[in-house]
Amino acid sequence: MIEANGLTKDYGSKRAVDGLTFTVRPGVVTGFLGPNGSGKSTTMRLVLGLDAPTAGDVRVNGKHYRDHAAPLHEVGALLEARSVHTGRSAYNHLLALAQTHGLPRRRVDELIDLVGLHDVARKRAGQFSLGMGQRLGIAAALLGDPHTVMLDEPVNGLDPEGIQWVRHLLKELAAEGRAVFVSSHLMSEMALTADHLIVIGRGRLIADTSVEELVRTASGNVVLVRSPQAEALRDRIVSDGVSVVSNAPGLLEVHGLPADRIGEIAAAHGIVLHELTPQQVSLEQAFMDMTRDQLEFRTGELVTADAA
Amino acid sequence: MTGEAGTISLPTLTTRGRVTQARVVRSEWTKLATLRSTRWSLFVAVLLTIGLPLLFAAVTSSHWGSMSPQERANRHPLDIALAGVNLSQLAIGVLGVLVITGEYSTGMIRASLTAVPKRLPMLWAKAAVFAVTTFVLMLPAVFIAFFGSQAILSHHDILQISLSHPGVTRTIVGGAVYLMLLGIFTLALGTIVRNTAGAIAVFAAIFFVIPPLLNILPTSWNNAISPYLPDAAGRSVFSLTHGSHSLGPGSGLALFVGYCALALAIAAVVLLRRDA
Repeated sequence: MIEANGLTKDYGSKRAVDGLTFTVRPGVVTGFLGPNGSGKSTTMRLVLGLDAPTAGDVRVNGKHYRDHAAPLHEVGALLEARSVHTGRSAYNHLLALAQTHGLPRRRVDELIDLVGLHDVARKRAGQFSLGMGQRLGIAAALLGDPHTVMLDEPVNGLDPEGIQWVRHLLKELAAEGRAVFVSSHLMSEMALTADHLIVIGRGRLIADTSVEELVRTASGNVVLVRSPQAEALRDRIVSDGVSVVSNAPGLLEVHGLPADRIGEIAAAHGIVLHELTPQQVSLEQAFMDMTRDQLEFRTGELVTADAA
Repeated sequence: MTGEAGTISLPTLTTRGRVTQARVVRSEWTKLATLRSTRWSLFVAVLLTIGLPLLFAAVTSSHWGSMSPQERANRHPLDIALAGVNLSQLAIGVLGVLVITGEYSTGMIRASLTAVPKRLPMLWAKAAVFAVTTFVLMLPAVFIAFFGSQAILSHHDILQISLSHPGVTRTIVGGAVYLMLLGIFTLALGTIVRNTAGAIAVFAAIFFVIPPLLNILPTSWNNAISPYLPDAAGRSVFSLTHGSHSLGPGSGLALFVGYCALALAIAAVVLLRRDA
């Protein structure tokens, strides 16, 4: 469980994380979504106490990370930036981490087998491919059998088989009752693994919602209508709160009116319809729209502030 | 493994530990011992500490006949025996820096501080492990250098000196103590600067650049300041003779330990305060 409350971080004059409040619950995979540079990695560094927040607070399993007697049992983390000495073997890297908590060598072997690094465990980590490095990072994260697992862009650099493996692993970890917090800048990836989504842009919270809810909200009321009498229909339905866009003859895109109302209006006026389709935007599109709105909102706010 | 066939499952951990200072020391020992660069640096330090005195002894012995009485009078057997310390201090100093800056440059520091988020146990463990390792390697090395160079110089009675001679044992042990303390000092420097090149530059400035520069100052100033610099204080730990303008071994050691403690204290404060 991760609880962030008004979490804020400035680097110099740049605000990287801006008043984030959210909760990552056990038993589900919570996706942490935002464009590159939106503050995801910074938020994770704040969770681990690697960076100190400028304002606000974040706790894991009820305490500040630093105050846990056995932090690796509480949170297992994979950070986006590599966190391995390039001159040390994968085995010795994990061993050194395990020893801080008095974990046995057997545990290191278990994790190396789990992530499939058995054949290269004695090789220096500097010679690892990006994918092997990610697997080593995941092994380090799971070393302490943690209640909360936090992974920053875990599928980066993995081959398709590795990506599948991570997806299964995340779901399995959540099914075991752990809190799983996983970041990505790819909505499509999150759609496949996450149950819950926390979306941020420019360090601010944009959405804290389920995947289905997000798509539904983002789709709004857009209906595609095909009719030989498109012009006539348009005149009948355009009103306050309803707008119509026509990209081709006989084709209307209606915003702000549900499909059943459009059908009733058409019937009432004897207008022939060839197609009446409520549009569902893709998650990708929903994400793009949301983050774009966020940027525009920010710009608008600045202008207003200047004018005042 | 638990879980159904076909699923990936994390093996549960039967024993759950907690972070203790002793465990962090063990971890730091593993870190130090499992890097090829560390093993090489320490090997080179031992090699220089032993090899250089043997070389000097051999050269002195073979040229003894052609040396002037003045030259002969200037040769001191302990200077020859501890000549290697002057060079191996470079290897130990650089390694002390690398013990911590190597973690910053590779990103390992993030993993280290995630495992030990209270941070200070890691610094204490690094200092203890590196200090003990250096001392355990260097103590035999300086004695081997002493006995080895004495054996080579055995034909020259004037260059023979006994361990029981006042101050001799203390001076030889002092060579190993100096290297151990220097390692702690540069480890602290590395923690403060966090960058390998920068920390080595500061180390070189303090120990090799600033001391000769002071010769530009008026002699009275130079004499008043020089003995109290880290370099001179440390050197007095492994010098048999002490001039009127240098500290005695006891006060030199105390001052050098003080410098190390100060550097380590600053390192501890910045390690706690800064974002990793």
